Amino acid sequence: MTELFIEGDPIRDEKAPEGPIEERWDKRRFSAKLVNPANRRKLSVIIVGTGLAGASAAATLGEAGYQVTSFCYQDSPRRAHSIAAQGGINAAKNYRNDGDSIYRLFYDTVKGGDFRSRESNVYRLSQVSVEIIDQCVAQGVPFAREYGGLLDNRSFGGVQVSRTFYARGQTGQQLLIGAYQALERQVAAGTVQMHTRHEMLELIVVDGKARGIVARDMVTGEIQTHFADAVVLATGGYGNVFYLSTNAMGCNVTASWRAHRKGALFANPCYTQIHPTCIPVSGDYQSKLTLMSESLRNDGRIWVPKKGDDKRDPREIPEEDRDYYLERLYPAFGNLVPRDIASRAAKNVCDEGRGVGPGGLGVYLDFADAIKRMGRPAVEAKYGNLFDMYQRITGENPYEVPMRIYPAVHYTMGGLWVDYDLQSSIPGLFVTGEANFSDHGANRLGASALMQGLADGYFVLPNTINDYLADGPFEKLDEDTPEAKEAAEAVRARIDTLLSIKGDRTVDSFHKELGQIMWDYCGMERNEEGLRKAIDRIRELRDEFWRNVKVLGENDELNQALEKAGRVADFFELAELMCIDALHRRESCGGHFRAESQTEDGEALRHDDEFAYVAAWEFTETGEQPVLHKEPLEYEYVEMKQRSYK
Amino acid sequence: MNITLRVWRQKGRDDKGRMVTYKVEDVSPDMSFLEMLDVLNEKLTLEDEDPVAFDHDCREGICGACGVVIDGVAHGPETTTTCQLHMRSFSDGDVITVEPWRAKAFPVVKDLVVDRSAFDRIIQAGGYISAPTGTAPDAHAMPVPKTDADRAFDAATCIGCGACVAACPNASGMLFTAAKVTHLGMLPQGQPEREARVVNMLNQHDEEDFGGCTNIGECAAVCPKGIPLDTISQLNRDLLGSLASGKAE
Repeated sequence: MTELFIEGDPIRDEKAPEGPIEERWDKRRFSAKLVNPANRRKLSVIIVGTGLAGASAAATLGEAGYQVTSFCYQDSPRRAHSIAAQGGINAAKNYRNDGDSIYRLFYDTVKGGDFRSRESNVYRLSQVSVEIIDQCVAQGVPFAREYGGLLDNRSFGGVQVSRTFYARGQTGQQLLIGAYQALERQVAAGTVQMHTRHEMLELIVVDGKARGIVARDMVTGEIQTHFADAVVLATGGYGNVFYLSTNAMGCNVTASWRAHRKGALFANPCYTQIHPTCIPVSGDYQSKLTLMSESLRNDGRIWVPKKGDDKRDPREIPEEDRDYYLERLYPAFGNLVPRDIASRAAKNVCDEGRGVGPGGLGVYLDFADAIKRMGRPAVEAKYGNLFDMYQRITGENPYEVPMRIYPAVHYTMGGLWVDYDLQSSIPGLFVTGEANFSDHGANRLGASALMQGLADGYFVLPNTINDYLADGPFEKLDEDTPEAKEAAEAVRARIDTLLSIKGDRTVDSFHKELGQIMWDYCGMERNEEGLRKAIDRIRELRDEFWRNVKVLGENDELNQALEKAGRVADFFELAELMCIDALHRRESCGGHFRAESQTEDGEALRHDDEFAYVAAWEFTETGEQPVLHKEPLEYEYVEMKQRSYK
Repeated sequence: MNITLRVWRQKGRDDKGRMVTYKVEDVSPDMSFLEMLDVLNEKLTLEDEDPVAFDHDCREGICGACGVVIDGVAHGPETTTTCQLHMRSFSDGDVITVEPWRAKAFPVVKDLVVDRSAFDRIIQAGGYISAPTGTAPDAHAMPVPKTDADRAFDAATCIGCGACVAACPNASGMLFTAAKVTHLGMLPQGQPEREARVVNMLNQHDEEDFGGCTNIGECAAVCPKGIPLDTISQLNRDLLGSLASGKAE
């Protein structure tokens, strides 16, 4: 296997202090250098992305007095994909007096991440979770409340305590609007300069430090250089490498990948989360997948026919011909097993030929028993909006006919490697939110993505970036700086190439084919043979892309095909690295299931002796061997155990 | 299904623009409206014709990026976002007219894409609560009656898509502005800035060349999130209160 990569020197996080875990964040905040308020206005920060992690950071740093320049590819910062999160946001408030604590949230997150995250980071995340709720309430986020006027909570994703705060099924939207309003307030105050419909296409590194970006104005096509004393990437995850996912159509890896090519290490790219309750694919025109909240599994029962090829109407299939496979395989947890287990079980029954709906890629989620038990009005009150959404998309009435669901790519735990300060391996380049790798290990718990995005942006980065900025302002740069010129030239050359190929295939046709390869070989279950095949096919397809892609129009106009082409080109390179990472990790952990590493009854089997490390990859050249740097993981507080849900 | 589309094509802001007719064949009733446009664009690309530009992102009805006028109705025949409209709402042989939002405050960028940055500037004028990061009291320090919280939430579901403006004969942005004024004005945290907020946001609304509100109600009729028309009454009440108190200046 070593022919696919080279092993380099191990790395370490140098920033997390030693000592008792509950004191580490205080210690780091105290040891970090401060910047005098009068000096802050001489220091500048570029922030790319305006989701929870980006908007919250831009608002907070602007308010602190730094000169912030913020970028998003959407027409308004309010549209970033954090907006689509439904379920909720975790916080260890213990408002319910049900035994929750910062330590318990920490413990659940480390265990849920299958012992592949850093204890120090996760503990800090749990600590600041409490402040996030206070901040959001002060901003006017309309969380769900009880009749007494206090905040409501619920338990989420199989957790035994009620620590999830929510705003009906729109928690992400409400939190993002809160951060967006705080951001717009700073725009009005003149501390943040906002560039919408701009896409970052290159990172500018000068003397080893991240000093700016090259961005394309998506309306005029102008290639611009922007400079600052530090650059923050809050550009989200890379689930769209699979083409079909629950991500927004525009979500992409380009900002992260361009930084990776300039020297930022990319950690654990193979850790992807596949969510079990999505609406299945209905045809080959399908452009995206829609998530149905996990809460449906609280009352719905999942089943498939016992025999394959059972074409009867589901309502006419008698009990004895149904297989409630989760209840059968996992009697203790039943339909509430964690996401990765529910997803893989659905895949297995479909692989056996027992799937339902178009192409046999679906399982039933049946509310008939719940309606019988609770009555239809109670089901409506609890799930009405989700049922409506399902009916709008499928044209079927889930009160009458069982829903059909199938797993879909949802979240990526991997991302750019960062230290405890959220600084990447390039000095001056910070990475927040889903774009970094740091807190979720190999698997993310429900309602923790919103928590991490806001923790990073409101509370962590604003207390660590000062340690770096205190040494600034750095030398003044302009577009004639050789490194900036070179970066802008490279961007122009790439665009010219994409426009001049004038081949026979559309960008989407390549993206769909790449997505299918990834789904088949680097999806819910991976094995050595399949991954090797995938790497060969990705390389062939990438070569064909650069010979045969068809992008019409010019650069100096709104050109959506050109935007997509650049993103897909980067997905090809990422896809190869994901497969190499998945191939080298010969164990199953969290969202990464290797067929070769399972227990006798088919459950995931970790190999802590060999693989308890973060795999941080260094870029060499397209199609050349990347270099693997291992960051060993140590567990001082939580004892490493194999997960079991039997 | 076979569909005929009449689509607004406009190269850029200064181009005059025109309707162009296209045929789309083998449309599945399960396709979303935007997926049908994807199919059209794949076909146009292979025929060396510039694909139709349209805004879209989440495709699950929450980001507010998409929105076109379909047969004269903002977001089309169902009360939902364009991305959540499916072709089963149409019939084989239909001729469908597709146009961008039309309003002076939303200039066309290209084809079906318009510039809605005026909405961001209305928010900048006061659509926020000034709560610097880190200074917040405990979330339970100030209880909010559930009815107020629910009313605030109903108004806060606005996704800023702009359908209200496209539907209004005056091209007014009043429902958008009123939704934000109501959301923040219902909460105790929003009180200190309440009087200034409504005046400042309305001034910005007028400066952006949105038309005035004459209570026609087309906005609420097309709103994919069902923002109630009475938010506009709330806005007018807040405005009167603010002007009467003289605190807004």
